[in-house]
Amino acid sequence: MADVATQPGQGAETSTRPGFVQRLFLHNITAKVAALPMIATVLVIFVGCTAWTIYYSFTNSRLLPRNDFVGFDQYVRLFGTNRWNISITNLLMYGSMSLVLTLTLGFLLAVLMDQKIRFESAFRTIMLYPFALSFIVTGLVWQWIMNPTLGLQGTMRNLGWTGFTFDWISNPRMVLFALLIAGLWQGVGFCMVLMLAGLRGVDEEIWKAARVDGIPTWRTYISVVLPMMRGVLVTSVVIIGSGIVRLYDLVVALTNGGPGISSEVPAKYVYDYMFGGGNIGQGLAASTMMLVTVMIIMVPWAYLEFGGKGRR
Amino acid sequence: MQHSVSIRDLSLNFGSVKVLEHLNLDIAQGEFIVLLGPSGCGKSTLLNCIAGLLDVSDGQIFISGKNVTWEEPKDRGIGMVFQSYALYPQMSVERNLSFGLRVAGMPKDEINRRVARAAEILQIQPLLNRKPANLSGGQRQRVAIGRALVRDVDVFLFDEPLSNLDAKLRSDLRVEIKRLHQRLKNTMIYVTHDQIEALTLADRIAIMKSGVIQQLADPHTIYNKPVNLYVAGFIGSPSMNFLNGTIDGTTFTADDGTVMPINAYEFSSPVTGSRKAVLGVRPEHILLGEAAQAMPFKTEAEIEIVEPMGSETLAWTKVAGVPVTFRCSSDIPLAAGDKVTVGFDIARGSLFDAQTENRL
Repeated sequence: MADVATQPGQGAETSTRPGFVQRLFLHNITAKVAALPMIATVLVIFVGCTAWTIYYSFTNSRLLPRNDFVGFDQYVRLFGTNRWNISITNLLMYGSMSLVLTLTLGFLLAVLMDQKIRFESAFRTIMLYPFALSFIVTGLVWQWIMNPTLGLQGTMRNLGWTGFTFDWISNPRMVLFALLIAGLWQGVGFCMVLMLAGLRGVDEEIWKAARVDGIPTWRTYISVVLPMMRGVLVTSVVIIGSGIVRLYDLVVALTNGGPGISSEVPAKYVYDYMFGGGNIGQGLAASTMMLVTVMIIMVPWAYLEFGGKGRR
Repeated sequence: MQHSVSIRDLSLNFGSVKVLEHLNLDIAQGEFIVLLGPSGCGKSTLLNCIAGLLDVSDGQIFISGKNVTWEEPKDRGIGMVFQSYALYPQMSVERNLSFGLRVAGMPKDEINRRVARAAEILQIQPLLNRKPANLSGGQRQRVAIGRALVRDVDVFLFDEPLSNLDAKLRSDLRVEIKRLHQRLKNTMIYVTHDQIEALTLADRIAIMKSGVIQQLADPHTIYNKPVNLYVAGFIGSPSMNFLNGTIDGTTFTADDGTVMPINAYEFSSPVTGSRKAVLGVRPEHILLGEAAQAMPFKTEAEIEIVEPMGSETLAWTKVAGVPVTFRCSSDIPLAAGDKVTVGFDIARGSLFDAQTENRL
């Protein structure tokens, strides 16, 4: 996007400043040569493949891509599909809860870790450990734990608590929360480490000043320290957010979309239609919709963050 | 008279490391005390103890007659200014000043009145709506002082407030702090490692070394009658000249055999017999030319290095085999290699016992 946006400006400069083309290509030539593979990758993979995706989402391609345009038919079909609508609802529900809870829990844990506790590095390692695992492993482990007959419920019942029930994974109304538990278990530690780095970046004297001012600790965290951690917060939101949008492997390993279609997510829908169902047109339409959703969120944010420099 | 701040037998240990040991300090109402010493001498630690930011291991702290040893900082009636300013970066200057009062639940008009008063005293009214990031170092430090001011407290604590500023700004703000003290007449405790700040600001200076106050006196006494070799060497720039030797009755014999009469010297207590001693003479108490003739000890010396400082000149020479610095008017033409007569003003010098390092 950024490349495209800067081109009109460059064109204007070409007409007013002689020798611009020379400078464009020859200035820092080694750096430009070194960056060339990455530029090519970005152009071919990101821009090229995105264009390809959007193009073929307007065709009725089945197993192989075909140039047989059908207009918005694929999109009409997409939003007429119950499974897609459930997927979107699930993603919104899971995403909002996961984002809020990961940030909140991550921050709270970081605050606890910041209290000059013993064995801090040991705790930090333990908390960060799940992040080193693949989502497939996380999903499988939690599938065993939450399996009503093998896991926690079965164990507790065998121990004598026969009324103990923990069957979220097989309950269509609760399965999203089962996903959430596994997702949080994996993601909170990483968020905590980021937040902890942010907390450590706050000058010791700020804390002293707040104490002399008589500001309670919790108030200092909320009113003084949190606003100072803006950079870390943005980083965390971007990382967590991208994790949510591409949510796929955890669902496959934990529930495989079940029970029924109650835990389907958009990325799984795309994969299933493109590679399982042999319906490329439908899959590409779904993935284009995912792109549009991300754009709707990202473009205003990027505009606020990077576009408003003159005003700040 | 009641002391504004009173420290009794204060000790502080970090594990087995003793940072402060049985420290006593009484500060009068409205006094400006400077804690002076090199890094790691415990001066900032002492200030943090007074502020309540560090828990003491032993002893008591009284502020305005109240035992505050275990009180929270906010209940001690203190305001504090930090080296890094410690302003809340995401709040406007006005919010920075008022935040503590708002949290304390003070009525709005009282807050506005106090903020307006502090802004008027420090002349920061035009800055009230800015963020700290848009202020210069000097302006930030004013805001930090303002945050202490709005608390309407008896005691101000300054923790090296000028160390982050450049030299010019530092001397400007120094004068302003002095003016502030004269206007408010609060008790102020000021930590610094800069002796110029200490000498210019203080009513009394406490010179600290490894957690112990070496001397507590007004700047004039500290400068002219240092109690021991450490204080004598620490205060003054360039530092005092020291000659090792022996005193016997009314003469001081330097290690190379040079004899100096010391009848003019006022001993703090009578000294009998002969003993090893150190004679200290400040650079400005070594005189040249005619003035030197009137001095009890004078000698020929060759100038080695001349440092013109503008208003005065520093010259390096050797007397009694020891390098000696002296200070003279820049009107006197001096060049390296010149032979001059230098005279020591022994009456204004200092004699220290070589063993105990205390003033004789």
